[in-house]
Amino acid sequence: MKFKGRSIISIRDMDKASLLKIINTAEEVKKGKHKNCLKGKVISTLFFEPSTRTKFSFESATQYMGGEVIGFAGSEYTSVKKGESLADTIKTISGYCDVIVIRHPIEGAARLASEVTSVPVINAGDGANQHPTQTFLDLFTINELVSDLSRIKVGFLGDLKYGRTVHSLAYALALFKTPLCFISPKLLRMPVDLLDEISEMGSKTKEYEELEELEEKLDILYVTRIQKERFGDLQEYERVAGCYRLTPQIVHTLGENIKIMHPLPRVNEIAPDVDTMENAIYFEQAHNGIPVRQGILGLITGTIA
Amino acid sequence: MKAYKVYAINDGTVIDHIPATRALKVIDILSLENEGILTIGIGFSSEKLGKKDIIKIENKYLEKEETDKISLIAPGATINIIKGGKLTEKRKIERPEEYINIVKCLNPNCITQHADIETRFKVAKTSPFTLRCHYCERSVEAGEVEIL
Repeated sequence: MKFKGRSIISIRDMDKASLLKIINTAEEVKKGKHKNCLKGKVISTLFFEPSTRTKFSFESATQYMGGEVIGFAGSEYTSVKKGESLADTIKTISGYCDVIVIRHPIEGAARLASEVTSVPVINAGDGANQHPTQTFLDLFTINELVSDLSRIKVGFLGDLKYGRTVHSLAYALALFKTPLCFISPKLLRMPVDLLDEISEMGSKTKEYEELEELEEKLDILYVTRIQKERFGDLQEYERVAGCYRLTPQIVHTLGENIKIMHPLPRVNEIAPDVDTMENAIYFEQAHNGIPVRQGILGLITGTIA
Repeated sequence: MKAYKVYAINDGTVIDHIPATRALKVIDILSLENEGILTIGIGFSSEKLGKKDIIKIENKYLEKEETDKISLIAPGATINIIKGGKLTEKRKIERPEEYINIVKCLNPNCITQHADIETRFKVAKTSPFTLRCHYCERSVEAGEVEIL
């Protein structure tokens, strides 16, 4: 699959071969290959809403590889404030850079951006919809631990209804037919149509309401935040959130070798004393955003074949 | 002699077996308002449907790609092409792979609700028939769609 000039918008545009290509490229980058491959390239980061990890990691990924970054965070000092349309902003900025990285609160904004320019666009999050480079780095992190993505068991814990990272990673793993478990309160279950789709793709799936109900040993537990605003009743939130808090004791019961992942930011769902356990890999996961994004930028600018 | 409630046409397209009361919507989707003479029949008796609508468009031969656009609201409709008073082609509606500017995306946070662009939906599943928004990727079953 050709990456040069291609926009990266949704995990649904990916097949298994492209995901493996991205993983392999990130591996090479992490080993020190492709140094300075973005020299002479300008990457623009258009962040229409706040972000810490994604924005910084795109920018440092670019700078470590010798590239330059332009952009904004929050559109209040741009022509958007004057009423400029997204399409016009994108068409204008296309003349100033080699890649556009966009985060936007409106779903589908990145897809629209990619359709009005010939400059490759990377979706760095469009509302509750997609954030493909997060999925790539999640997948890369899992792949570093195992030799075969189809032979592991991955569990997802927390808000599985609204969490875009869960939806996208589950979809990506289903391309490898990875068996998946979903643990969540009833209110925050995986959307049924996505669950059906994942099963049809060949992943065996199981749903649980409590971690204690788990019948199998997991290799990975991917934890997400349970968001207060999803609950009408605050007491119900307190009860649910408390049940889904990982402590060192719970991690021990899940098995010696289980690895705990989290897309971050973490609030209360993982106790801070889990951080020092060997099982916790969420900060490494966040750091993997650098080689993965470097690999992607190299591939779409054509400096990595 | 059978008395026709809608006059026969010599040249043009007849869209038959439209579910009752949807004829005006069909005209809207196919943008037929300014396409010359139209004869519209609403609420005719039909063995197949109980009641049906029918549209006759004079001097215009609708292409398959055009008539397939009405598959969401009139999937069982039949298209008859009449030339020189004779039926020259009879075909059924088929579902296209993509619906452009036919369906409204119901997600209030979808870019199609915020920018002046055409909506695009692709078929996500055939049973139950489900469409997915090309932009926000939300899926919607055919029975729940809102036609633009």
